[in-house]
Order: sequence, then C-alpha cells, then structure tokens
Amino acid sequence: MATEAHAAEGVTGYIIHHLTPLHVGEGFWTLHLDTLFFSAVLGGLFVWFFKTAAEKATSGVPGIVQNFAEMMIEFVDTQVKDSFHGESKLIAPLALTIFCWVFMWNFMDLFPVDILPLIGSIMGIDYLRVVPSTDLNATFAMSISVFCLIIFYSIKIKGPWGFAKELMFQPFGPWLLPFNLLLKLVEEIAKPISLALRLFGNLYAGELIFILIALLPWYLQPVLSFPWAIFHILIITLQAFIFMVLTIVYLSMAHEHH
Amino acid sequence: MSINATLIGQMITFALLVWFTMKYIWPPLFDSLEERKKKIADGLAAAEKGHEEILLAEKKAKGVIKEAKEQSSEIVNLAQKRANDLIEESKDTAKQEGERLLLAAKAQIEQEIQQAKEGLRQEVAELALSAAEQILGAEIDKAKHQDIISKVSNQLG
Repeated sequence: MATEAHAAEGVTGYIIHHLTPLHVGEGFWTLHLDTLFFSAVLGGLFVWFFKTAAEKATSGVPGIVQNFAEMMIEFVDTQVKDSFHGESKLIAPLALTIFCWVFMWNFMDLFPVDILPLIGSIMGIDYLRVVPSTDLNATFAMSISVFCLIIFYSIKIKGPWGFAKELMFQPFGPWLLPFNLLLKLVEEIAKPISLALRLFGNLYAGELIFILIALLPWYLQPVLSFPWAIFHILIITLQAFIFMVLTIVYLSMAHEHH
Repeated sequence: MSINATLIGQMITFALLVWFTMKYIWPPLFDSLEERKKKIADGLAAAEKGHEEILLAEKKAKGVIKEAKEQSSEIVNLAQKRANDLIEESKDTAKQEGERLLLAAKAQIEQEIQQAKEGLRQEVAELALSAAEQILGAEIDKAKHQDIISKVSNQLG
C-alpha cells in the first residue's frame, strides 16, 4: 500500500521516510515527538498495569494480573540476586522498569511496518517512526541514566578518593598511572555506549529488514516476515534482558570494593 | 540520526518511571510475594508439625488402649476371683445351714421321740395300774403298797 504511495520517491525514499522521525525544532533542540510519545505511552501502560497489580496485591490466591506481575517481579529479583550482593532499594525496580520498558519499545517493532504510519498519515502526520528503540536518543537516554547511576554509586560507596584510586591505580599499580587512567576511562565510557548502541543496532536492523520485506511483492511478504517476526520475538526479549542484566552487573560492580 | 533534546525528554521519562516503580510498584508486589512465601513456609511447617502430632497422639492412644486393656483384664480376673470366693462362701454357708437344720430337725425328732416315750410310759403305767387294780381289786391297798407302785412306775419310766 505505502509502496505505491511513495512510488515517486522510489525504494530509498520509502525506507528513508520510514526511518525519519516526526520532529519539531532545529539543531540540538529538535524533539522527536514520535519517540517521546510512544515511549511515554508504553511507559504509562507499564506503570498502569503494574500499579493495578500492586493495588490488588494480596498474599492469598493471586489473580491473573497479579500473577503475571509477580512472575515478572520474581524473574527480575532472581536476576538481581544472582549478580548483585549489596543492599539497594533502587536496583531491582530499576531493572524491572528497564526490562519492561525496553521490551515494550521493542515490541512496537512487531506491528506491521506500515499500519501505524498509515493511521498517522490519515490524521495528517507525515512522518512516524513507532519503535522508540530505533531512536538513538531513547537508547542513549537510558544508558546515560544508567551511567550516571554507576558514577553516583561508585562515588557513594567507595568515596571520591576510593573511586579515583580505582581509576588511577588499577589494574597495573601506581607506576603505570596514566595508562591505568586511560584504560579505566575507556572501560567506563564504553559501558553506556555499548549498552545504547547494542539495543539501537539490533532494533534498527530488525526494523530495516521488516521495511525491506514490505517492499517485496505481496505474495513473498508473509513467507519472509513471518519467520523474521518469530525470530524477532526472541531478539526483542533478549535485547531487553541484556540491557537489564548489564545494568545490574554494572551497578553491582560500582558497589564492589576492590 | 542525531542526538538532540529528545535525549533529555527520554531521560526525564525514564527517571519518572523508575521513581514510580520504586515507590509504588515494587514494594507492595514484592511484599505480597514475601508474605505469601512466608505463609506457605508456615503452612508447610504447620503440616509437618501436625503430622508429628498425629504420630505422637497415635502412640499415646496405643499406650492408653494397652493400659485400658490390662486394667480391664485385671478387673475381670478380680471379679472372677471374687465370684469364685462368693460361690465358695455361699456353698459353705449353705452346707452349714443344712447341717444346722439337720441337727435341729434331729433334736426335734429326738425330743418328740422322748415326748412320745414319756406319754407312752405314762399311759402304760396307767394301763398297768388300772389293770393291776382291776386284777387285785380290793386286795391291794393303794396306801399300803404305795412304794411298790411308785417303784414299778419308776421302772417303767
């Protein structure tokens, strides 16, 4: 359908159109409205669902909603307990939020690539990119927040001096201080960048393949998009899981004394 | 594909979501989970305890039953013994009573025999006297032969 609508712009035009966000503003002060809107709606959905479960939470026989919420809680809690041995009121809820939110972002990928933009174009919105995790801003926003928490906890637990010592004197002792510092800085900075780019790269590529499949003749589309969608169910869950687990691991590293 | 202010917006949303989860979602759900865990553990422990108590009670009940059985058999034995004693006793009493009755009857019979003898002797004496009176008639003076008569009468008695 959309193939015909954008026929004038050609295949490249169709792809670019699909990957261009709905934006306002110029330069740095550009806002990707679709990313903000969809991630907020999905975040709201997440909060609403779990809040409903939390309000009705009993220690007796749980309902379906509570059962599911508890399953998620149990799952996240197991992950946290496996790799994090300190005491923290933040990490487990943080991990739950990351897992659910990222999963829901990624899940948007499974909607047919043209359906939401089509609805958008009917309502007069020309550009719509529905998967927030194909926006670097979304993935970096999350990974930078995690990075801030890593720095915050490193300083809080080890003290400013302890953290500085770790940066300067490890892993090769005080005689190789500049080298240590360089290594450690790269290591720290690589954390948020790898977190954000891994998620972004996987989902961007996945979305691109869905778009490419949508360009094929209609009789070929199901044959390709069905297995790819099934494979994608694995990918989106895995990416959400990886983001969550790495966050837990990084934060537990920030909590540990060496 | 550029980094821009969307990043800040997303960070704010993220921070809000994490704060909300931390404040309102995680604690109640986690607490209810922990509470249920505790409930189940308590229930299991109670079941275990109940099981042990049942075993204990069974053991106790067996002991009580055994004791009761012993007691009852003792009572039965005692009762039997008592009954035997009673029978023996009553047998003795009956025997004694019978002998006593027999003796009394014998004595009475003896007495009646004596009485009858006495009566008979009296009658015989009177008959002999009257016969002797009729035979002797006037010959025998009652006053003169008083000592003979009484001698004869004594011999008869």
